[in-house]
Amino acid sequence: MKVTSRSFTITGALALTAVVLAGCAAPAGENGGGSEEPQFEGSLTVWVDADRAGVLEDVAADFEEERGVSVELVTKDFGAIRDDFITQAPTGNGPDIIVGAHDWLGKLVQNGVVAPLELGDKASEFQEVAVTAMSYEGQTYGLPYSVENIALLRNTDIAPEAPATFDDLIAAGQAAVAEGAAEYPFLVGLDPAAADPYHLYPLQASFGAPVFEITADGTYDPTTLALGNEGGEAFAVKLREWGQAGILNTNISGDIAREEFVAGKSGYFLTGPWNLPAIKEAGINYAIDPIPSAGGETATPFVGVQGFYISSESENQLAANEFLVNYIGTEEVQTALYEVGGRAPALLSAFEAAQSDADVAAFGAVGAEGVPMPNVPAMDVVWSDWGSTEVAIINGQGDPVELWRAMVASIQGKITG
Amino acid sequence: MSTTTPGAAAPETAPPVDPPAPRPRTSGGSARRSRGQSLRGLLIKIVLLGIVDAIALFAMFVLVMQESWLVFGIAAVVTVVINLIYLRPGWLPAKYLAPGVFFLALFQIFVVGYSGYIAFTNYGDGHNSTKEDAIESIIANSLTRVPDSPTYRLTVVEQLGTYGFLVTDPDGETLLGTPDQPLDEVDAEEDSTGKAVGVAGWNSLAFGDLLANQSLIADLSVPLSDDPNDGALRTPDGSNAYVYTSDLVYDEASDTFTDTTGGTVYRDGGEGAFVSDAGQELQPGWKIDVGFDNFVRAFTNEDIRGPLLSVTVWTFAFAILSVASTFALGLFLAIVFNAPHMRGKKIYRVIMVLPYAFPGFLSALVFLGLFNQQFGFFNQVLLGGASIPWLTDPWLAKFSILFVNLWLGFPYMFLICTGALQSIPEELAEAATVDGARPWAVFRLIKFPLLLVSVAPLLISSFAFNFNNFNLIYMLTGGGPRDVTAGVDAGATDILITLVYKVAFGEGTGRDYGLASAFAILIFLIVATISIVSFRKTKALEELN
Repeated sequence: MKVTSRSFTITGALALTAVVLAGCAAPAGENGGGSEEPQFEGSLTVWVDADRAGVLEDVAADFEEERGVSVELVTKDFGAIRDDFITQAPTGNGPDIIVGAHDWLGKLVQNGVVAPLELGDKASEFQEVAVTAMSYEGQTYGLPYSVENIALLRNTDIAPEAPATFDDLIAAGQAAVAEGAAEYPFLVGLDPAAADPYHLYPLQASFGAPVFEITADGTYDPTTLALGNEGGEAFAVKLREWGQAGILNTNISGDIAREEFVAGKSGYFLTGPWNLPAIKEAGINYAIDPIPSAGGETATPFVGVQGFYISSESENQLAANEFLVNYIGTEEVQTALYEVGGRAPALLSAFEAAQSDADVAAFGAVGAEGVPMPNVPAMDVVWSDWGSTEVAIINGQGDPVELWRAMVASIQGKITG
Repeated sequence: MSTTTPGAAAPETAPPVDPPAPRPRTSGGSARRSRGQSLRGLLIKIVLLGIVDAIALFAMFVLVMQESWLVFGIAAVVTVVINLIYLRPGWLPAKYLAPGVFFLALFQIFVVGYSGYIAFTNYGDGHNSTKEDAIESIIANSLTRVPDSPTYRLTVVEQLGTYGFLVTDPDGETLLGTPDQPLDEVDAEEDSTGKAVGVAGWNSLAFGDLLANQSLIADLSVPLSDDPNDGALRTPDGSNAYVYTSDLVYDEASDTFTDTTGGTVYRDGGEGAFVSDAGQELQPGWKIDVGFDNFVRAFTNEDIRGPLLSVTVWTFAFAILSVASTFALGLFLAIVFNAPHMRGKKIYRVIMVLPYAFPGFLSALVFLGLFNQQFGFFNQVLLGGASIPWLTDPWLAKFSILFVNLWLGFPYMFLICTGALQSIPEELAEAATVDGARPWAVFRLIKFPLLLVSVAPLLISSFAFNFNNFNLIYMLTGGGPRDVTAGVDAGATDILITLVYKVAFGEGTGRDYGLASAFAILIFLIVATISIVSFRKTKALEELN
């Protein structure tokens, strides 16, 4: 009895194992024997966030039908994609393609996980700023699909005319406050601990102080800081002035700024297209203006570009390339992506089609003046010091120029290690 | 939480002991019944073991394909051992222990061991993978398309296993070349658009063929002419070819990269990267073992050493005050709600436990809004429009952190104190009262020491938890407010773990897992030492009984 039960157990286990294994093996076999052409085994794995997954499903189905390569979409939290990809790519189990922001690029190249992408003649069909943003040290890496930037939103009931300079804006804003038409002369979302160098950058740039020197080919030179030039110091002095006058207030976070603008408490709001839905819903009469210059030069906002990258470890380089350039890089798909995300398309033809929407056209016009947000890895170091110094200056802690110099020295020290 | 000492378990509060439970199941069992049970048990065993084996075998197949022999060996041994344990009669303890040991090894020992190993490597941004991967990436990144060069329309062709490019140049001429044979003119069949699609003696590859051999074709490089400086044709998509030149050439024999324009030579400098004589590094580098370097850096890093004293003091103050305040409030409420005459105790207790049910980081974010200097609930509503800088003044920020942690932490202390109080026999208090002790004396001399016996170990673990309470600090203040003139990242509310996070993940090349792991080991040593000493002390408490 004992013996038979044991041998029964063993044969049973073996039989079951065999069945399960056969089950595991079957799909692979099916992949192998579908059609007569020499077979491509495997599929493209794409990491996307939930918003974009819907659009890509249709493209993926087309691609599978026309090219015979299946595309597996893996939905992930957008914020987690970069770090997960860097960790997983070297193991060989990472995806073939990821969706991502252009300012991740430096980090991806630094870790050797992203493959160059040759757009070929297609490069000229995209907005120039988008292709520049997707380049690092002279090499193009990603296929851009959207472009976004901030602009000045104006409540036309409170401020009927677009200001020519930032000083005009302040004067008009303060006049509105004095009349009781508004509560705040100007709104921009700032963090109590980190301010918001991204939103304040256009004002800084109008003093002629970009973050890094820009080289001849339009990319950033991450070794030469331009923050610390005279323009930067002039901007620091102005920051203090605006902070004391209540134009900038670090207690007004992004959420609070939006709520107050939506409640009609200010004539001006420096923000991006992501806040438009709430403003439309509230029925505010608004206009989208270029950001007025504070320091004399053009107030160029940072342009953020989103796109798709191919993994350097991908075994399916040709298929991935084909999928990106000839499927995602088409007007139809770029327009569909624009419709779900509300971000202006990077492909020129789709961008022009989207111009029928006045808001996209207005933000796009401001973005045309913009520069891509630096995508060098050193930016991680810059943001933290930059923000906390802006907070200290706005809140009147210490001499603005000295604070600014200390910040530049600190950033320089960290970059050079 | 049950008490840890047998002595404290008084007769009436003794928890239900184990023996009675299994007895009904086995009592009265006949031989027939036990055989039926064993058959069913056997079936369940076969199914479960079959599933485990199937998964293990599948994993092993995958491992063989990836040629990870070490992991394969471990997986094979573990599978054999598991089968042996469950198929062999006897070995009863092993049958119970095996699953626990397996998961302990997988999720605890391996993870801790791997973190320990990372501390001795330079793993982090820029040193992410192997040297082979790094070399491949450098080569791929250095290939740049010649500016303004034309696009060649391409058909990939094959002859006896050799792949070649059949291209149509912009002037309409057709050329054929292979990696060993530079482009040369050839007569070819053309399609209606003038693109060469086939040539005698060669097979043209359709898209399916391209995909089947795509890694080979993506690596093909067909020189334009005999002069390598003219560049080479490569194809990213199989239907167009572009002229590329590379400014970095890798020489396998000497293991160096040479810059073709400047002549700079990059060598493996022994630090996980190719470095030129002038100290310039090529990106990416690769992961290497660095011995105790990370520990040396942990002790010599200026950003750690400068603020170390103040941060350490605050870390201890934060952990001790958090434990003390949450314990005091929790104990107080436990005593109040333990009063026999109180009505609606259950409802109050549920409400008390609510903060414990929220995720800590969520509460921290909510408090972040409540503490806003101008718009926050505290200043606006409770204090009638005051402008108190709760989170931006160094001392108030410390207070706010402790306050939020009190809110988050007291329900836990309330729960364990309630449990412990209920397990203290009422007779002791009654006896003391009869002897003339006042309530305070009863609490101080009898209940509190008995309570401590069971609660002290939890206070120690609570201390260890708060010592590394990263979430709260990071979410509420981010370690700030920070003195920007000090030149270091440390803020007024930074504890050791958040400071380490800033140093290991926020400087120089970016995230430095090696340094972070080294710090983690050092912090573990601190916490472990304190815990061991404290546990020794609580042993003395137990002997009080």
